[in-house]
Amino acid sequence: MIRREKLTQMAFVLPALIVIGLFFAVPVLLGLLLSLTDFDLYALVSLKNLRFVGLANYIDLVQQPIFWKALGNTAYFVVLGVPLSIGLSLGAAVLLQSPLAHLKPLMRTALFAPVVTTLVAVAVIWRYLFHTRYGLVNEALQSIGLNPIDWLGDPHWSMPTIILFAAWKNFGGNMIIFMAALQAVPTDLYEAARLDGAKTWAQFRHITLPALAPTTLMVGILTTAGYFQLFAEPYVMTQGGPLQSTVSVLYLMYEQGFRWWNLGAASAVAFLLFGLIVLVTRGLMKVANRGAA
Amino acid sequence: MKTLKLKPVLVNAALAGAALLAIFPLLWMLSVSFMHNGEASNYPPPLLPSAPSLDRYRELLKSGGFGRAFLVSLSLATISTLVSTLLNALAGYGFAKLRFRGRDTLFALLLGALVIPGQVGMLPLFLMLKQMGLVNTWAGVLVPSMASIFGIFLVRQYAMGLPGELIEAARIDGAGEWRIFQAIVLPLLTPVLVTLGVLSFLGSWNDFMWPLIVLTDGNLYTLPVALAALSREHVQDVELMMAGAVITVLPVLALFLALQRYYMQGLLMGGVKQ
Repeated sequence: MIRREKLTQMAFVLPALIVIGLFFAVPVLLGLLLSLTDFDLYALVSLKNLRFVGLANYIDLVQQPIFWKALGNTAYFVVLGVPLSIGLSLGAAVLLQSPLAHLKPLMRTALFAPVVTTLVAVAVIWRYLFHTRYGLVNEALQSIGLNPIDWLGDPHWSMPTIILFAAWKNFGGNMIIFMAALQAVPTDLYEAARLDGAKTWAQFRHITLPALAPTTLMVGILTTAGYFQLFAEPYVMTQGGPLQSTVSVLYLMYEQGFRWWNLGAASAVAFLLFGLIVLVTRGLMKVANRGAA
Repeated sequence: MKTLKLKPVLVNAALAGAALLAIFPLLWMLSVSFMHNGEASNYPPPLLPSAPSLDRYRELLKSGGFGRAFLVSLSLATISTLVSTLLNALAGYGFAKLRFRGRDTLFALLLGALVIPGQVGMLPLFLMLKQMGLVNTWAGVLVPSMASIFGIFLVRQYAMGLPGELIEAARIDGAGEWRIFQAIVLPLLTPVLVTLGVLSFLGSWNDFMWPLIVLTDGNLYTLPVALAALSREHVQDVELMMAGAVITVLPVLALFLALQRYYMQGLLMGGVKQ
């Protein structure tokens, strides 16, 4: 009887575990094996053509300029994009929480709207807004006497444009998290600071920022991990160009795997990216802990 | 004295400016979708259509296959939401309130796996689905989204707070586990399940990389994949593309506006991650 009951209780978690096991855990483990083989178009036709090659895919990869290019592009995106996104989130959250602000619910919804939109659709919109000849952005630049910029066609500007786009699309999510954290800062701290004659900026630096430090760390780590997975933006906006200036690591994996069918090499790319994300987020945590101690 | 009066103006101006910048691309998309062919490429580029028309939408629905893609996206997102919400609810409740061997170890394993990005398993999953004959089918798009670790985690957090006495009392009265789940637990879980449902619907609707990989036949495309394909073919047709973007974005935006409160809650419970 008791045995039967235990089985029923376990049955609640089984369906979800089977789905996750079959379509997530098993593929991840197989992926590790796959990255040690030369799985390509021939192996796709017949598994007889499959050979175990050890770490050859990884060694090959780190010898290819395109891998380092993709890694550099992704790092550029993360290093500039994460602080920009989080800075915008924090700024918007502080403005929204200000007792002086009007129409807060409306403003919050407007600021948050880009987060729920479909990435592919808004990437298409941006492509036209940043069009060299017909885009409104260049139109605005020219109206204030600046030269138009070849936003997505110039290899120096393509990644900054994608960074701007990602910041616009994503800042609202962290903004909500910062707003909740701001609500938890005790108001008497500000009261005391005001009595001591601290100006707005001093209050922000010495009360708000320290109080938000744990939230900023969490948000920073999650955003960094997410930004390393850059893919759809370059796929839709630039197709990796111009001059491979927007090829990201994940874009490289997609091209290797599903365009050239080098699934073994592509799997190695995926695992290198995974390792890198773990390394960087761990590093961030370590640095933050040292700062706190 | 002067700065006191200036500050409210500055705060509100900055806020209004930021809000306008945030939604301007969406307003522009809507406006251009009503323009006639080539109008947006005039010089200087117009902000509003001279003679608003629905022709771009008609064109998309008739020849672009967007009506079909819309139905595909709607069906897949609905099925994925229903199935994943049910499976995550069962598992989340199980991990929170039921006792079975290895429960805590299993849950710790799941939490640990949360750090693995989904793309790591994509290539082998594609090969597995190919073996099962699910490549280039809607089922292939659906299967990986039928349960999520984050969803289980969300439900578990919420279910931990449910009153255990109620469940215990029902058990003493002789109610079976399934009956207890249906009659007592499910109604109590409703708020978190709505949150989870909104998150999965938006996640499924907006998903791009996986359907792009699984679907090769244009007739099976979801909206984002269809839109991306269209944007590669019809780069010059700004107005047509904007109509496509409106069809893609509007449903999720409307759903978000209607259930905003639940969505924000999900966000606060641990960041949006599928």
